[in-house]
Formats: sequence, C-alpha cells, structure tokens
Amino acid sequence: MTRISVTVDGAEAVDEVEPRTLLVQYLREQRGRTGTPVGCDTSNCGACTVLVDGRAVKSCALLAVQADGAEVTTIQGLANGELHPVQKAFHERHALQCGYCTPGMIMAAVDLLNEVPDPDERQVREGLEGNLCRCTGYQNIVAAVRDAAAELRGAS
Amino acid sequence: MTATRDREVGTARRRKEDAHLITGQTTWTDNIQLPGTVHAALLRSPMAHARIRVDASPARHEPGVVAAYSGADLADELAGLPSAWQVTPDWVAPEHKPLATDEARYVGDAIAVVVADTRAHAVDALDAIEVEYEPLPVVLDMEQAMADGAPLVHQDAGTNVCFRYSDTFGDVDAAFADAPVRVRRRFVQQRLVPCAMEPRAVLVAPVPATGEYTVWSATQIPHFVRLFLALLSGVPESRIRVIAPDVGGGFGSKLDIYAEELLAFVLAGKLGRPVKWTETRSEAFQATIHGRDQIQDLELAADADGRIRGLRVDLLADMGAYLQLLTPAIPLLGRAMFPGIYKMDAYRFGCTGVFTDKTPTDAYRGAGRPEATFAIERMLDELAAELSVDPLEMRRRNWIGHDEFPYDQIAGLTYDSGNYEAATARATELFDYDGMRAEQARRRETQDPVQLGIGISTYTEMCGLAPSRWLGDRGYAGGGWEAATVRILPTGKVEAVVGTSPHGQGHVTTFSQLVADTLGVPFDDVEVIHGDTAAAPAGLDTYGSRSLAVGGVAVWRAAQRVLGKAKTLAAHLLEVSEDDLEFSGGSFAVRGTPGATKSIQEVAFAAFAAHSMPDGFEPTLSADFVLEPDDFSFPHGTHLCAAEVDTETGRVTIRSYVAVDDVGTVVNPMIVEGQVHGGLAQGIAQALHEVARYDADGNLITGTMVDYTPPSAVDLPAFTLDRTETPSTTNPLGVKGVGEAGTIASTPAVVNAVVDALRPFGVRDVPMPCTPEHVWRALSEARGGA
Ligand code: FES
Ligand code: FES
Repeated sequence: MTRISVTVDGAEAVDEVEPRTLLVQYLREQRGRTGTPVGCDTSNCGACTVLVDGRAVKSCALLAVQADGAEVTTIQGLANGELHPVQKAFHERHALQCGYCTPGMIMAAVDLLNEVPDPDERQVREGLEGNLCRCTGYQNIVAAVRDAAAELRGAS
Repeated sequence: MTATRDREVGTARRRKEDAHLITGQTTWTDNIQLPGTVHAALLRSPMAHARIRVDASPARHEPGVVAAYSGADLADELAGLPSAWQVTPDWVAPEHKPLATDEARYVGDAIAVVVADTRAHAVDALDAIEVEYEPLPVVLDMEQAMADGAPLVHQDAGTNVCFRYSDTFGDVDAAFADAPVRVRRRFVQQRLVPCAMEPRAVLVAPVPATGEYTVWSATQIPHFVRLFLALLSGVPESRIRVIAPDVGGGFGSKLDIYAEELLAFVLAGKLGRPVKWTETRSEAFQATIHGRDQIQDLELAADADGRIRGLRVDLLADMGAYLQLLTPAIPLLGRAMFPGIYKMDAYRFGCTGVFTDKTPTDAYRGAGRPEATFAIERMLDELAAELSVDPLEMRRRNWIGHDEFPYDQIAGLTYDSGNYEAATARATELFDYDGMRAEQARRRETQDPVQLGIGISTYTEMCGLAPSRWLGDRGYAGGGWEAATVRILPTGKVEAVVGTSPHGQGHVTTFSQLVADTLGVPFDDVEVIHGDTAAAPAGLDTYGSRSLAVGGVAVWRAAQRVLGKAKTLAAHLLEVSEDDLEFSGGSFAVRGTPGATKSIQEVAFAAFAAHSMPDGFEPTLSADFVLEPDDFSFPHGTHLCAAEVDTETGRVTIRSYVAVDDVGTVVNPMIVEGQVHGGLAQGIAQALHEVARYDADGNLITGTMVDYTPPSAVDLPAFTLDRTETPSTTNPLGVKGVGEAGTIASTPAVVNAVVDALRPFGVRDVPMPCTPEHVWRALSEARGGA
C-alpha cells in the first residue's frame, strides 16, 4: 500500500492504494466517482477520460500513485453550480444517446477547447479521435463541441 | 387551471434522459456497490476446441477467495442456457452450459469461476486453477464444417448442421428457365462485434431469509432475464426482481440470456451474498455475441429491360459454437426481406445454419435485415451494370409504385405504406445526383487516380416483430405484444409505466411527448417508468425497433383509456352527458356553456378522492393496455453515398452521404436524426472498417479495440439527412421505427459506391470491409495482376 494525496473534484483526499491500482479504479472504488466509467482495457475508448492538472488523461492509463499531488477533475466536478458550456451543448445538440462515452467525451472536449478555442469540424474530429462513441455517429458531438466553443469564446 | 400548449408530437424536445448522463450521476450496473459484495471472474478457454479437465480447488486457497468452481463442480446446479427460437422441427440444439464441463468449444468459452472479495483477487486466483487441455481438431469455416469427415463442434450431434430451411414462392424454375438475363453473385457478410461501449455487467443480491433476489443487469431485456432465471433456477419469478439501470448501448448484444447472468444468480444463492461480475473489453470481444457472418449465394433472373422475374437465395449462416437466445432465427428474419422493395414473380430462399468453433452469433443491429438488404441492393447494382442501365433507373423499373400500397410482396408480407419515389426524388436532389455523375464521368475520362463512385440503397425493413401469432407460426417461443400503464396521480402529474427497456434511445422523452399530447398535460409532468420488473412487471423489452411502433402505441392506447375514464368522471362532475363535453388543452368544457370546465388535473383529484362518482366508476385515473399489433411496420428510404477511391492506395473516403428516410409519423425529429446518425455509423463501419478475424487455430485476432478498429470521429463523414413522412397504416399513430434503418441502408450504399468507382477497371465486387488492402487486391485481380 502506498499513501497518496490527491484533490478530486475540489476535495482533498489522502488514501492508501495498492501500487497496481489504476487511477480510474481509485476514483470509482475509493472516491465514489462512478460518473467516470470504464469501456476498455487497452486505453483506446476514452470513456474514462478525466482532467489531471487541467489536461485530459485516460484514467485507465495512469496508476493512482502517479496522480499523487495532482488535481483531478471528473465529470462530477465539472459543473460548477451550473452546467459547463460543453455539458449544456451536449444536451442541446443531442450529442449523447446511451451516455456511456459522454463523460469522457465531455472531458476531452473541455481540454480540446482550452487548446483550440475556435476549432473547425476537422479539428474537433481529430481532437476527439481517442474517444469512441458507438451510438451517435459523432455528428452531433462535433456540433456540440463547436457550439460550446462559440459560447466559451463569447464568455471570455 | 390549464395553459394552452403546443403539440408535442413532431417537436424536437431536448431529452429528459440527459441531465444525469452529462453530469456523471449515473447508475451503470458496475457503479452499484453493495456491502458484502463478492466479485466473480471467469477462466476462459484459450483453445478453440479441447477436451478439458479442470481442478478449481487450488484457487480456493488464494488470497481473498470465497469460492472457486469448475463446470463439473456446478454441473448439477447450472441449467443449460436457452435458445428460444426453434426454426425447424429437427434443428440441432446442443446443450449449452454456462461453464463448459468436459469440452471447450471456442476461445473464450467459460470453464471455471472464482469468487473473491475484490475483482483483482478473483482475477489473480484464476492462475491457480489447474486445467489439462487435450486439443481437439478445430473447424472455423462453414463450408469445411459441412464437408464429410469434418471435425465436429458437438460430437453428440453427429453433424455441424444446426438446421436446413427452405421456402419457395411462385414458380422459380419457370422464372429462371429462359430468362434473358441472369446475374449470380456470392457475398460474404463478415462477422462483426457489436461493441456497445458499456461492457456487460451483472450484480445479484439475494435475501437468503426470504429467497428473494434483486438482479441488476446491463441488459436490453430485464423481463426475459427474470423469466429465464426463474425457468432455469426454479425460483418463482415473483421472487426475482430484475433491474436494467442505466444501460450503455446494446445494439442487440444485450438481447440475450448470458452464462454470466445465470452463474451470478446461482452463486449468489449458494453463497448467500451479493455477487458481481463485470466484463472486461477483452471478454466482451470473445464472449458477448457476434453478429452477421453469412455466406450469401444469390441469383437474379430478369427480362432484357431489367425487370426482375425471379430471385434465388442460398445462405450459410454461422451459429458459432452454441445457440444463444435467437441465434438460428437471425438469418431467417431476413428471409422475407431479400426481395426488398421490388416486384418479382418468384423467389426461393434456402438457409443452412452451421456450427463452428467460434463465439456464438445472435442479433446485431438490424438482425437479419441488414444482411438481406445488402444482398438485394448489391444485386440491383450488378443487374444494372449487366444491362448498362443507371442503377437508379434499374430500381425505378422494379420497385413498388406508391399507388400500389398496400402491397403483398412475394415472400408473404404486406407492405402497408410507402413512397419510394418521393424519398428518392428528395435524396437525388440533396445529393445532386446528376452533378455527381458528371464529375464521375470527368474523373473516368481524365483517368484520375482518385475515382468517384456513387452508391445507392433503396431499402425497406420490417419493424416491431409481431403479431404474436406470426412469431408462433415460425417457432418462436415468445410473443410480440407490449404492455403499458398510464396513471394520473392525485397532483395531476402522470406516470407512464412501460414494458420496453431503453438503452440510449430516448424513450422517456418520446413517450412523455405522446402522453402529454393525449392527456393535455405538460411534457414535464410526465414520468416514464421502465427497466425494473418490480415497477413495470409486464413487458417484452427493447429490440428490433419495436419500442415506439409497438410499445409507444401501447402507451398511447393506455392514455386514451385514461382519457375516456376522465371524461366519464368529468361529465358526472359537470352534470352533463359525455356527448356534451369537448376536450382540448387538457380541459373538459361543456359545449355551449362558457366557464363550465374541469381540467384533467381536477378530474384526477376527484377520481382519487372518490367522493362523487358515477355508478360503477373505479376510483383513480389509471389504465393498462396490452397491445397486440396487427402487423409489422415498414420504414423505407433512399440513401446515396459518394465515395472517393484512391486506385493507387486502395483508400476509400466518403465524400458525401445523403439519407432520406421515411419512418412514418415522427414524434421527436431530433431523436430520430440521432438514431439515424448512429445507425449510419455502424452500417458504414461494416462496409469499411470492421471484421472479427480468427487465425487458423481459432484465436480471435481482432480481440481489442485497437485491432477491431471501430470508427472514431475522424473516420466518419458528416451526413445530410432528410425525411419523407408516409404514415404506417398498421398502427393508429402511423409510426414505423427507426433504430435500425441507418445500419440497414448504409452498408450497401457504401459498398455500391466503392464498386461503382472501380467498375471501369473490371471490378465487380470488393469484399467487406472495403479496407485499402481489400480494395487494392480487388483492383489488381481485376487487372489480372497478382
Ligand atoms: S477505459 Fe480508459 S480508455 Fe477505455
Ligand atoms: S452515447 Fe452511447 S457510446 Fe456514445
């Protein structure tokens, strides 16, 4: 067991973890952050994407111990009293169906829009390449991310 | 008090379902954490066929382990898994134990289980299980499996043939006898992995003192799960509550009774504590059903002008190693769909189901219909090429005219309504068909290394599997009805309890819209309850685009009943006859007497209080309806795909995709569009990206998302969608069903486009998926090269 201290969705936590525990397991099982789901065991699907110190990371590709000292934001910590513009746009644009990929998509999109505030369609598609969705065909996801981009630009 | 309100049906209402999904407040089965839960992990055969001797006992001493069993240990306690569709009287249905006892028959076949305090401990302890494998010969190819002396998947069966089925309509021999044109083709429907994003999961919590069980399962079919757990375990269904909480996609793959569900149920009873099992993605590839996998031999006979006389279809359908719930029925569901939207004099259909040492197949989005549509739509293009007629014109010469509906098609179905001309006209306009053809001609002339192909698919499908009698006549053990209850609560809010069980389709929103319109209540006042057999005890769940066309109609009928009851009470309260009442905007008004009104909410409270009622009136405003549908509904549409094919690299890029679908009356256009988008993605994935490949030993070599390559956002184009609306006449709402349309239509549209691009080079087919390698090979073979 190793002791780590992590800020998860704004709350500081000190926990004992097995060295082999993945960050996503830690978040789900020890921190109750079950909003972040697991879709694969090869770090390909992106369902488990969270922000670690502001950058999108597949939380199944990181050990919990690697997050020691970091600030982790999951889908459950993204809404700040009101929905984040990306969340709002996903709802408005019908960018989700079953919703299983959605937390990861939203977190990846948030990071993408930090980097590229005014992405064209191609840039959105490339930016979300690591996140698979089996339901939507991506069209509405792309539209939602571009809507959110416009909203975020307007707000800043 | 009532507010006047707009009609809900036809409005793009934002989904009620989204709020918890976009904020992560979800209840996926794997999220549920109950105290005292133990975790199951399965040992799976690494060999495609082997005699096994399994000793699970060493695992019992590993850290955290609570129990460990081989198949033999549990042989008496575990019943065989069911297949519910006996397609022929003499089918072969081998026993299918949740844990193999003496032989493993595909890579991934479960052979032992460990239960431990954590999932990690359970997985670790699998290593301690001792297994002797005695390899047996493997058979993977359907044609080889049927040859004399082939290794047998099931020794006892004495054959690898599961069933042979055939049907003839009209005089096929006469149709072919002196036909001026004949076209023969063989198509391969490659094996696909459904790949829902949420892996399967099940959690069973027993109450030993009462013998009750609560089962959470990532399933499309909680009602069937309850029924089969009861049948297979002997526990009465009244003691089994099955909940399908948030379910992360299914596409048919969660329409099954799986080994792991029964195993978790039996182990929970045995151990007296909650048992949870969650699939890894690798397991999902190996042990969740696969789809498609047919070899299709077709022949068309036609007149010199291309009018179709007859069609012959011969299928080989791969069952995999065992029959799952509907395995043998899937290819037969396509039986009536091979003729598509075309008129013909004669049709013969034959199908042989074959066992191989591979993962069982079963329903995958469209289930039998995509395979059939692909074949006929490819054949129409081949016929057109044979006669040098534009493929669109070839379809016009053969399709059913809009003035000919209802139309009794050759295979015995009656298409209730449709307008292929209108959908096609709209699609060709959006696509700029003539402009595309002109560009194609230019590229051909200039010998552009990147050729342009135009693919057409004018499809129909059958939605809402029913009526029950029809299913019964074909050997299905279940029915095709659906149940709903609608009740107005004392506060005036409404509950609609439905037997369908959504997993992403937006039923809560759609059904709310139907109920809101019928009862004149606000959309937000309607609550839809589903997916829990305690709250919604009757139902046949969600698959085959039946939820709106069957379930939605049941909801609407139940709401109508409630309205009828409300009217009776309103007339009583207003002291007039029912005939004097008018209902609009959620309020009953006495004709000709301004001010004499009762809102439906007031009536609901009066029904609850029950102080003053007509004689014989049952208190509360609640009604059930179990709908037995009259027939299928038949959505249709025209899809056009323009594909750029690089003749040097074999790379295919979709340049433009237009889909005009006719799904009858549209309740929520936004949801309908979303369903089509998702369907297109899966159909295009079959055409261009996906295939489940096995090596010669039967190892699934596309066993991860890296190898299987489900498309990401960069792999798919933006789609152009539109609709025509020809209401169905088989149900009072005029709705048809949309979940499978995109998948069914798009695969042939894309492959037709790829072949069209390459036809000048002599290419007549490209095997799916049309990867650069397959395209390049088809080109070089046509050019006579290596
Ligand atoms: S679960 Fe992490 S990428 Fe799939
Ligand atoms: S919404 Fe279902 S996987 Fe994306």
